[in-house]
Amino acid sequence: MIKFLDIGINHETAPVEVRECLAREETTSFRVLESFRNLPCVSEGLFVSTCNRVEMFCITPRPDEARRQMISLMARLGGIPEGEFTGMLYIHEDMEAVRHIFRVASSLDSMVLGEPQILGQIKEAYFQATREKTSGVILNRLMHRAFHVAKRVRTETGISDAAVSISYAAVELAKKIFHELQDKAILLIGAGEMGELAARHLMRQGCSSIRVANRTFERAVGLAKAFGGEAVSFEEIGPQILEVDIVITSTASRGYVIEHDLVKGSLRKRRNRPLFFIDIAVPRDVDPKVNTLENVYVYDIDDLRSVTELNMEQRRQEAVKAERIVREEVLKFEKWLKTLAVVPTIISLKEKAERIRRNELKKSLGSLEGLSPEQRSAIETLTVSITEKIINDPILVLKRKAERPSRDLYLDMARTLFNLDQEDN
Amino acid sequence: MTQFFLGLALALVLFAAGGFVVHIVTQRKVIYRWSYRILFSGFAVLTLYLGLRYYDLGAAPVLTLKSSLVFFAWAVIGACLLFQLRFKLMVLSSFATPLAACLLIVSSALPGGEAIVKPMYKSLWLTIHVGTIFMGNGIFALTFLAAIMYLIQERQIKKKQFGGFFNRLPSLATLDAVNHYTLIYGFPLLTVGMVTGAIYAQYALGSYWRWDPKEIWSLITWLFYATLLHERLAVGWRGRRAAILSIAAFMVLIFTFVGASLWLSDYHSFKTLRGGMTP
Repeated sequence: MIKFLDIGINHETAPVEVRECLAREETTSFRVLESFRNLPCVSEGLFVSTCNRVEMFCITPRPDEARRQMISLMARLGGIPEGEFTGMLYIHEDMEAVRHIFRVASSLDSMVLGEPQILGQIKEAYFQATREKTSGVILNRLMHRAFHVAKRVRTETGISDAAVSISYAAVELAKKIFHELQDKAILLIGAGEMGELAARHLMRQGCSSIRVANRTFERAVGLAKAFGGEAVSFEEIGPQILEVDIVITSTASRGYVIEHDLVKGSLRKRRNRPLFFIDIAVPRDVDPKVNTLENVYVYDIDDLRSVTELNMEQRRQEAVKAERIVREEVLKFEKWLKTLAVVPTIISLKEKAERIRRNELKKSLGSLEGLSPEQRSAIETLTVSITEKIINDPILVLKRKAERPSRDLYLDMARTLFNLDQEDN
Repeated sequence: MTQFFLGLALALVLFAAGGFVVHIVTQRKVIYRWSYRILFSGFAVLTLYLGLRYYDLGAAPVLTLKSSLVFFAWAVIGACLLFQLRFKLMVLSSFATPLAACLLIVSSALPGGEAIVKPMYKSLWLTIHVGTIFMGNGIFALTFLAAIMYLIQERQIKKKQFGGFFNRLPSLATLDAVNHYTLIYGFPLLTVGMVTGAIYAQYALGSYWRWDPKEIWSLITWLFYATLLHERLAVGWRGRRAAILSIAAFMVLIFTFVGASLWLSDYHSFKTLRGGMTP
C-alpha cells in the first residue's frame, strides 16, 4: 500500500539560520534526489528548497523507515544533530501531505500569503525530480494537480490581486495613475533604503529614467550610477519636478523638502501631466497640502502601509475560498488514487481476454480457407466485440467499487474468477 | 415584423447589460465574452431594424422622440463596440450598455404611432445631418461615462479610500485617454452634423440659420465641446477639470436633444416633425 510522506521546515517552524544551513548549496537538491533514488523505501520523491522552506516529499511503501531515513538525510544535509532538529520539523502523511503540497503550490503556506514566486519554485523542484528520474506516475499526477490547484486559486480567488509590500503598493498605485510606466521618469530625493527599494521596483516595472538628488552629492552620484541614472543637486529639485512623473522622497530632513507653492507653480508648465509623490520619509518630506492640487497625488508611508494592510486583509479573506478549492482538489486526487488500485486488475483482465481471442481466432482461421479479406476482417471485428462486451460489465463493477471499502473483496473475486493471478505468474 | 426586431434587440441589449453588470461585480471573463457577443447581436438586430424603418419611411427614422431614442441607443452601442475594439476596456460596456438599454426602455414606454413623412424629410441631407449628429452623440455618451468613471477613480486615489470600484476601474491615464479620443472623434461628427443641417435647412426652408431654439442650444453644446477640445489641446487640460466639463457638456447635449425638442423648439420640435400622427 503506497503512502505519502512530507517532512520539512519553514519560516514558522525553524529560524533563518537553520533554513540557511539546509538551502545553502546549489547541488543540495541533486544530492537529495540521488539519495531518494538509492533508498529502497522511497519509490518517488521531490525536494523543495526556497529561502523560506526546505521540504522532502516522498511516496513510499514503508512509511516508518522512509521517515527515519528522510530525517537523518535532512540532518546530515544541514550538519545539525538529529536531536536538535526534530523539534523544528513538520511531518504530514497521506492526504494531509497531499493537501500540504497543494497549499504550498497555491502559496497558502507562504510567509506572504498569495505571493506568486512559490509556484515557479515548486515547478522547478518538480522538473529537477523528473530530470533525476525520481518522479513516477503518482508524483507526476500529484504535481500536475498541484499546478492546476494553484492556477484555480489564482484565477478563482483574488488572493494575488493586491500588493502587500510598500514598494509593490507604490507600483500598483503608480499603475492606477499612469497605466503604463514605460516612459515615466523618476526623481529619487534622499538615499534612504526604502526609497531606493521603491525606485528599484519602479525601474523594474519599466520606468525609463531616474535622477537622484541627495544632500551629499557624492552619495547621489554613487546611487545614480547603480541605477544607470543621473545625479542632480538638491537645488535642482524645482526644475526637475517639471520633467519627472514620479517623485520618491526619503530624506532625513526635519522640514518639508517639497512645498505646496513649488509644485503649484510647476503644474501649468508641466501641462497638467499627473505627478505622483511617494513620501517614505519620517518626518514627511512633502507638504500634505500638495495632495489638494489637481492631477497631483501624494502618498506618505502611513498611506502606503494602510494600503498594504487593506490588501493583506483582502488576501486573508480570499484565502478562505482558496482553502475550499484545495479541499475539493484533495478529494478529487484521493478518488483518482483509489481508482489506481483497480487498474492492474483491469489491465490483466483485458490482456487475458485479448490473448484468448487471438489464440482462438488463429485456430479457427486455420480451418476456414477461402475467406475473402473482407470476411476475415468481419470475423476479426466480431471476436473483438464479443470479448469486449463480455469483460465490459466486470470492468464497470471494478471501477464503481474503486472508491468503496469493498474494493479489495471485488478485486480478489475478479482475480479468482478470471484466474488472473496464475496468468500473471 | 419591424416591431419584432425592435423587441428582439431590446431583449438582447437588456440581457447584455445584465451580463456586463454581473461581470463588473464578479470579474469573470467568460460572462464578459458572452455579454459582448449578445450585445453585438443586439446591435446587428437594431441596425437591421433601423434599416427596415428607413426603407419603410423613405427617411431617417428620427421624426418622433420614440424613434430617435432608438437611434440614440444604436449610436451609443455602436460607439461602445468601436471603442471597445480600440481600448480593450471591458468596463466601458458595463456603463454604456445599461445606458443604451435605458434609452430603449424609455423609447418603448412612449406612445407609439407613425409620423407622417413629408416629402421634405425624404432627403439625403437629413440622413447625413441626423446620422452624424447621433453618431457624435453616441461617442459623447462615452466621453460622459469615461468622465464619471474618472471622477470615481480619482476620488478613491486622492482620498486614499479604495472601494469596490478601485480594482474594477481602469487607470486614470486610460480614462483620460478615452475622454480625449472620444472628444477627438465626436467633435468633427457633431460639426459635420451641424453644417449639413444648415445646408439642409437652406435647401428645404430657404435659410441656413433660423434662430430656432434647438439650433441655438446645439450651438451652445458645440461651443462647450469646442472649448473642452481647445483647452485640452492648447492649454493641456486633463483629468478632473476635463472630466467635469465633459459631464456639463453632455448635460447640455441631453437638454438640447430632449428639452429643446419637446418644450422650446420651433421647427425642430417633435410635434412639428410628426406633422400629425397616424393612429
